[in-house]
Amino acid sequence: MDAKRVETISARVDAAVSSPDSVEDELELSAVRHRPEGLEQLEAQTRFSRKELQILYRGFKNECPSGVVNEDTFKDIYAQFFPQGDASTYAHFLFNAFDTDHNGSVSFEDFVMGLSILLRGTVQEKLNWAFNLYDINKDGYITKEEMLDIMKAIYDMMGKCTYPVLKEETPRQHVEIFFQKMDKNKDGVVTIDEFIDCCQNDENIMRSMHLFENVI
Amino acid sequence: MAAGVAAWLPFARAAAIGWMPVANCPMPVAPRDHSKRQDELIILNVSGRRFQTWRTTLDRYPDTLLGSSEKEFFYNEETKEYFFDRDPDAFRSILNFYRTGKLHYPRYECISAYDEELAFFGIIPEIIGDCCYEEYKDRKRENLERLQDDQEENKDMRLPNMNFRETMWRAFENPHTSTMALVFYYVTGFFIAISVITNVVETVPCGATANQKDMPCGERYTVAFFCMDTACVMIFTVEYLMRLFAAPSRYRFMRSVMSIIDVVAILPYYIGLVMTNNEDVSGAFVTLRVFRVFRIFKFSRHSQGLRILGYTLKSCASELGFLLFSLTMAIIIFATVMFYAEKGSSSSKFTSIPASFWYTIVTMTTLGYGDMVPKTIAGKIFGSICSLSGVLVIALPVPVIVSNFSRIYHQNQRADKRRAQKKARLSRIRIAKAGSSNAFLQSKRNGLLNELLELTGTEEDEQKLTKNTSLLESQHHHLLHCLEKTTAHEFVDEQIYEQNCLETALQSYPSRSPSVSSHDGSLGTCCSRRVKRNTPLPNASVPPAHPVPAHQGPLQELSAVHIQCGDPPCHTTSRSNLNLKTDDSSRINCKSGQITTAIISLPTPPALTPDGDGLHGPPQRRPPPPPGHPPAPSIQTTTSSAGTNIVKVSAL
Repeated sequence: MDAKRVETISARVDAAVSSPDSVEDELELSAVRHRPEGLEQLEAQTRFSRKELQILYRGFKNECPSGVVNEDTFKDIYAQFFPQGDASTYAHFLFNAFDTDHNGSVSFEDFVMGLSILLRGTVQEKLNWAFNLYDINKDGYITKEEMLDIMKAIYDMMGKCTYPVLKEETPRQHVEIFFQKMDKNKDGVVTIDEFIDCCQNDENIMRSMHLFENVI
Repeated sequence: MAAGVAAWLPFARAAAIGWMPVANCPMPVAPRDHSKRQDELIILNVSGRRFQTWRTTLDRYPDTLLGSSEKEFFYNEETKEYFFDRDPDAFRSILNFYRTGKLHYPRYECISAYDEELAFFGIIPEIIGDCCYEEYKDRKRENLERLQDDQEENKDMRLPNMNFRETMWRAFENPHTSTMALVFYYVTGFFIAISVITNVVETVPCGATANQKDMPCGERYTVAFFCMDTACVMIFTVEYLMRLFAAPSRYRFMRSVMSIIDVVAILPYYIGLVMTNNEDVSGAFVTLRVFRVFRIFKFSRHSQGLRILGYTLKSCASELGFLLFSLTMAIIIFATVMFYAEKGSSSSKFTSIPASFWYTIVTMTTLGYGDMVPKTIAGKIFGSICSLSGVLVIALPVPVIVSNFSRIYHQNQRADKRRAQKKARLSRIRIAKAGSSNAFLQSKRNGLLNELLELTGTEEDEQKLTKNTSLLESQHHHLLHCLEKTTAHEFVDEQIYEQNCLETALQSYPSRSPSVSSHDGSLGTCCSRRVKRNTPLPNASVPPAHPVPAHQGPLQELSAVHIQCGDPPCHTTSRSNLNLKTDDSSRINCKSGQITTAIISLPTPPALTPDGDGLHGPPQRRPPPPPGHPPAPSIQTTTSSAGTNIVKVSAL
């Protein structure tokens, strides 16, 4: 990714009488604004057309006038789609998956890159992205604990009022099924190859990968 | 769903790919965007002033006029714009609401005109942002009060259907309602005055008779005063009993301050009647007569000002307490000092510290009676310091208290009203938000209707239904549906959840964990419900018709009663364990396609959950299910005591 242009605006308000080094009289305002790279560059890097990028950017900028999303805003936005449950944990994982350079904020480029993979990428890329999401510490292996965290986060989004009633061990059982399916050599972790292999052999998963293709 | 983040819905849907590898069931079909058009600028012509905005900006709030299809009524074909014959100045803030998501109240705008505009465009005033909400509510309240003054004459209209008791209570509370009430009001006022004057005159010396010294009138004309007292007390007793009878809540009435005052006013008389001329207790009896002065407080029913004073004293209790406390501190300090300063002087009146209290109080309040004066020089010095500080100690808190009075009084009045409005406001916003989660449940029901119509109804009926939900909504519902599929659990209503919890507590059941069963079984459990319906999709694997682990769930209210008709042995029917008391393990299988009757009411049972909300596929006849199924069970319908239909299904 090219270097971002970040402008920092700082203003100092000094009280008339006091000396410059009195801390309480100084007011430093800094607003971080981020302008994305040009439209042509983004067009080249992603699989979106110019018009689509325009629409995406308008929506993005409307919610985040400063040009970057930090984790709290991200959680707020995502939580609005799941009013019945608590989406903050899953939003946290999603945020880490979108924030590819791990600088604590998602800029428009990160956003649009992620969307490009999810909506216009090949099945391989999508599965790669999903693996990256599950692998919380990005070490190349999905352990049972990581999967359990993810699973609990997903179940948290359902909230309390479900049918059948959500029990304590439901996420754990779901993780067990997942590992039975995916962990071919039964070594307790799922590697990227096992994951992709298994998903490509599963019709349901393959079919659902094409589900959101016409979202934009 | 907050429509303000509608722009992020594509992102949320794309992120749902993260659930796909985890899900065990196939996902529902996504709603298709029939009208695949690019975002376009639309022109809103408001009384000649043209506003332009993107169509998607307006689509953010689909439950308002501009966001829904209602604006098509205002479309002008010749000029290709939407024309509204409204105030363009007010329209600015309304359009800004769509753009920024925040509704502001412009201060120059008349409050009722603004309200009308909001009502016209279908926007509830409760979403006015916090920056402008205070102003809005203040103006609205002022307006209401102004209107209320005009309406007060109508208030005294006699409401119909009031029984005697309510009439009486109303007469007591508002003396202006009828002549009788007014008469009663003045009579009681007169007797209170008489009673108080009697008490006072009783003690005046009436002039000496020949043989005795000066006597107070009370002892001279005992009978007369006693008759007067009796008459007053009788009137007061009758009034109290009548109020007690007429009160809507007698317990609350008896606890109110006014009734306690009434009781205290008349009690000494009765106690005096009861007690005989026993010399020992007559001293106490005399003391009781002091309480007769409380009758003067009965005037507070007649005087609004007294009530306000009492209320403000009550609300300023902490300030008064502080004043008292600081005074006490100062008194103790100065009394001690004066005592020790005057200890040396002979024939000093300052015999003890408590004795000095009197001097300190008199000096600090600048009364200065002069019955105790310091004689030593030190005493005089401290005495002057005492009087100076007295002025300060008293003069400082008093203005604070006075200003507190007016501030607290006005604030209290406004705060009460604001609190009442806030609760209503928050609850209304909450209802609007809760509507979004209910919308999903409702669309599930609509989806069920969809499928019924697919098989039995015509194309038009189906179109009518699907038009109701906007594309945005159907996409959002599809997203929630995918989550349901991923977790193999469903969203339900709060009430159903409570019910389920209750019933699971009532009965014990074997642990229903479909996930620990065999791989095939787990796929069979949740997917078997779906598979038979996924006719448009190829490679639909049909699970063998073997029983899956028991789902001995709680009692469910059927929302659709599926009654079979036709050849029973050819079909599997859905069976759900609906009877609490059944012993045999029931099986939940996929339901077949033979639907002939449906009664839709809340809520959707899980066995009949529809497949995908936007099933836009062409209506298809379900293929006949594979043969070799267990014989059809018998279905009986019984009505429970609650009036809902409960279908008891038992295997033959």
